[in-house]
Amino acid sequence: MHRFANPGRFLRLATRIQPWLKGLTALGFALGLYLALWGSPPDYQQGETVRIMYIHVPAAWMALLAYLILGLASASALIWRHPLADIAAEAISPVGAAFTLLALITGSLWGKPMWGTYWVWDARLTSFLLLFFLYLGHMALLGAFDDRGRGRRSAAVLALVGLINLPIIKFSVDWWNTLHQPASIVRMNGPSIDPSMLWPLFTLAATFHLFLLAVLIERMRTLLLEARLRNQRLAAFDQLQPGSRA
Amino acid sequence: MTNFDSFLTMGGYAAYVWPAYGAAVVILAAIWFDTERRRRAVERALAAGYESREDDA
Repeated sequence: MHRFANPGRFLRLATRIQPWLKGLTALGFALGLYLALWGSPPDYQQGETVRIMYIHVPAAWMALLAYLILGLASASALIWRHPLADIAAEAISPVGAAFTLLALITGSLWGKPMWGTYWVWDARLTSFLLLFFLYLGHMALLGAFDDRGRGRRSAAVLALVGLINLPIIKFSVDWWNTLHQPASIVRMNGPSIDPSMLWPLFTLAATFHLFLLAVLIERMRTLLLEARLRNQRLAAFDQLQPGSRA
Repeated sequence: MTNFDSFLTMGGYAAYVWPAYGAAVVILAAIWFDTERRRRAVERALAAGYESREDDA
């Protein structure tokens, strides 16, 4: 892993794999949307609303995965001062927030016809809403200080504290009574849904992973270039006014 | 054609299924275009910086 910790090497590698990643993502969306909307049957209980699952479940998985990446990046930024870790944390949190919002919206659009309500303050939904606010808090803290390093450290601490929320989200459906259904895919006895519904789900889930990776790399690349631009401007400023910066 | 009709009406759940897919398109497109816009902006600024330094020389 440390071979890729060098920002210059990361930039070169990212530039090389990015076109492939974007192409695969586009193909995945085409195939996944076809399977989800046309090439799979309605559910015998939930009818056509089951199609919301193909967006809702992968979006929720990405929301959790993005937070795991945020937590790991924040930890390595605080402990090892890893050069790319701060960049990865800053790059991932808007993406995580977007997937969390998508999971919340699609969940409430699924909840209305199936549960009779858009929203209920139970453990799963409330902890997921908290996840959204953790992302927003992380983004806000990053920009809250004039000293960029202080902002990054406070944001990293918030991200680490928020990690407690991940197991709460995962096990909330087992620990508390809820309208939300328990795990039906990642469970001990294997998935409990029909293969005809697993295909669109896994295709879109794989595509969401590719999308997350492509956007993460692109945002990290942008943040590295922005740092390079800031350094250039500081250097140019110093040339114009030698000794003006303490 | 009934097949296509049932696709559009989503068995009476069109008001929930289509907005869910619409939200996915809007949110994922928004994060994608925001990412691309920022990268292009910084690449332009860097290119402009290199040019002006060449002018100095």
